[in-house]
Amino acid sequence: MNIYQDIILDHYHHPHNQGRLIKPDKSGKVSNPLCGDKIEMMIDFEKNKVKEVKFHGEGCVISTASASMLTDFAKSKSKEELKKLNSKFIIKMLGIDLGMTRIKCAVLPLEALHKLL
Amino acid sequence: MINLKDIKNQFPIFKHQPGLVYLDSTATSLKPKIVIDKINEYYSEYSANVFRGIYPMSEKATAEFEETRGVVSKFINANNSREIIFTRNATESLNLLAYSLGRKIINPGDEIVTTIMEHHSNFVPWQVLAEEVGATFKIIDIDEDGNLEFKIQNSELLKQIITKKTKILTLTYVSNVLGTINPIKEIISTAKSINPNIIAIIDAAQAVPHLKIDVQELGADFIVFSSHKMLGPTGVGVLWGKEKILKDMYPFMYGGDMIDEVYVDRTTFKDVPHKFEAGTPAIGEVIAFKESIKFLEKIGMNNILEHEKKLTDFAINRLIDTFGQSIKIYGPKKIEDRGGIISFSFDKFHPHDIAQILADQGICVRAGHHCAMPLHTRLKVQATVRASFYIYNDEKDVEKLVEGLKKVKNILK
Repeated sequence: MNIYQDIILDHYHHPHNQGRLIKPDKSGKVSNPLCGDKIEMMIDFEKNKVKEVKFHGEGCVISTASASMLTDFAKSKSKEELKKLNSKFIIKMLGIDLGMTRIKCAVLPLEALHKLL
Repeated sequence: MINLKDIKNQFPIFKHQPGLVYLDSTATSLKPKIVIDKINEYYSEYSANVFRGIYPMSEKATAEFEETRGVVSKFINANNSREIIFTRNATESLNLLAYSLGRKIINPGDEIVTTIMEHHSNFVPWQVLAEEVGATFKIIDIDEDGNLEFKIQNSELLKQIITKKTKILTLTYVSNVLGTINPIKEIISTAKSINPNIIAIIDAAQAVPHLKIDVQELGADFIVFSSHKMLGPTGVGVLWGKEKILKDMYPFMYGGDMIDEVYVDRTTFKDVPHKFEAGTPAIGEVIAFKESIKFLEKIGMNNILEHEKKLTDFAINRLIDTFGQSIKIYGPKKIEDRGGIISFSFDKFHPHDIAQILADQGICVRAGHHCAMPLHTRLKVQATVRASFYIYNDEKDVEKLVEGLKKVKNILK
């Protein structure tokens, strides 16, 4: 199946939750030196749950779409719920087949999120 | 002139992968049937170890193995075949030099000089060695065109870099990203005129497959390259060095085949080249490697370079005519200064996305920093897309690349 589905491209062209938070509770950066992707994620919590989350950086279609969808999903979820997420979840969320190389692009936002929990 | 149809027919991969547009020969080349058959011949007919058995099969394998050493020696015009050492790849050849030569001659305060356009394999071993020993690691920069920054006529700049303290000058013949063909002969002679004791090492991994090399004419002390980038099998690298220096170097790995005599209290080693070839080598692969050299010689190295230059010129013009300002091609503007490698950025599209969409159309290119991160940092770009050409590529491949990139634009715009 083609990676560049409409829904993926839509998230790439119009990413959700892109930007920065003012004085976030936590922020963290991740990068993939192989392709130069860089993501910074910022998060605010309310008690144990995600109140607001935003990301910015440079990325390919896959990492950008993944960050867009993941930040949508993360809102109002508890830290425990989010800690359980793994690469299988990301593949299911994106709904596309990814080769061994591109899977790294897809899970980069998850690595950023996990740093903040 | 190259008869492309005739050449393509000799590569079985085009039958197994119909419509293949292979533009990644800089990473590894495709293999002609004659090479594959030779590997098969060794494993089917005389798959014995070398230098050991006195039975006919082992003697046949040894003779075939050593014949390759002779073919390589002649191909690059070495003094004799003892100067040819088989390693696993060009990377191992360079690491061998950093270990066996570098650790012998580099002292605190000495200088090792390289360039910003090196592959990591000709950068990191020297960087680490310099740090370990307390030597100075110096880097020659490039100009805006992707040529090494010093002009040969203007040796003032080179004199600032090369000094009496410089022990090793190590640089690439052809950049695996920019395609720049460096004026190696002039660089070495200028460097040696400043300091005659400099040892000059040339990473010729991207040069030997594409242009005629005469090690004696170049004036280098060492040259490294890999079989798999020149139609040969993987697992075989070459280190050529001047016999006199090789004899003085430490062995690289210890073990079988490289020893002379072993006692409880001491060991003596074989002479070159065997001193550097410990353990059972990639026998079938070395044996088959000579077939790739014969194949290249039959076409003629000058014809190969001419074909690649023509194709590169055509490709650069087609890309710029079609995409204008939205495509940025790195490396020398003059076709005389470059080989068959084109690295580029396209619009704001991510190189991985470009390569992926091309891959979906059967077009193989490379995306990333191509094991040359210092160069990409210098170019102020994280990653590029690279298309590279060899004897089996033609203008149709270029047209498919252009069409492929149009599709990239359609999908990602």
